[in-house]
Amino acid sequence: MSLFNIFNVAGSAMNAQSQRLNTVASNLANADSATSANGQPYKAKQVVFAAAPVGDNGATGVNVAAVIDDPSPMKTVYDPKNPLADDKGYVTMPNVNVVEEMVNMISASRSYQSNVEMMNTTKTLLLKTLNLGS
Amino acid sequence: MLNRLDEMLNFHTQALRVRDQRQQVLASNIANADTPHYKARDLDFKTALQGALQGTQTGGTALATTAPGHLAGKAGGSDAGLLYRTPAQGSVDGNTVDVDAERAAFAENAIQYEFNLTRLNQQIKGLLAAIQG
Repeated sequence: MSLFNIFNVAGSAMNAQSQRLNTVASNLANADSATSANGQPYKAKQVVFAAAPVGDNGATGVNVAAVIDDPSPMKTVYDPKNPLADDKGYVTMPNVNVVEEMVNMISASRSYQSNVEMMNTTKTLLLKTLNLGS
Repeated sequence: MLNRLDEMLNFHTQALRVRDQRQQVLASNIANADTPHYKARDLDFKTALQGALQGTQTGGTALATTAPGHLAGKAGGSDAGLLYRTPAQGSVDGNTVDVDAERAAFAENAIQYEFNLTRLNQQIKGLLAAIQG
């Protein structure tokens, strides 16, 4: 019954999407963190998805291959009163793009939703198959 | 007698198996809607069903072994018979999944699966009625 495999496929995708949502949450929460434990401003994180085979029937799930630091340049804000400002009065701020993160969030939650619906459909089919002949 | 029973139920059983496999392929597509470079796949139901009815696994070809030391080999693996979908619109990250189309296909395939299941059920009920009178 390869229908059971759909639970693994959809489950792996839901796992990956929720990790993406987590990353978005931490990016949005730290959009203004000009300093952190290591003294550096927060760097936006992005997840990298990769297709991963599930079972031996050719089904493909998703896993998170890596969580990378966003390579986009850091923002600089002119604020000479800030204790973190350099000698020219500029403060380096995190490279979090709030609009991009919001888009990411909506996309992740919609994808998560599709996977949940897929699981529901599969569940119904399996339950009906169990009733075969009765 | 049992042979005939098998023959009678065979069509929808095989159809269910192919629907089952297709459902899994479509699920993989939807799951990978956000994976860069993922190419959407599907199987041609007609040829897959014909293959299943003729007893050949979908597209699989056995490796000829001419000496006892030869390994059997797994020809084409499990994705034999799977085709790539032609994307309606390209995307920057090389992903060819069109979620709307995939979900439509998924729902359609689920209903077809149910149809085959219902038909199989009716056949079984008919047989039971004939046996029990």
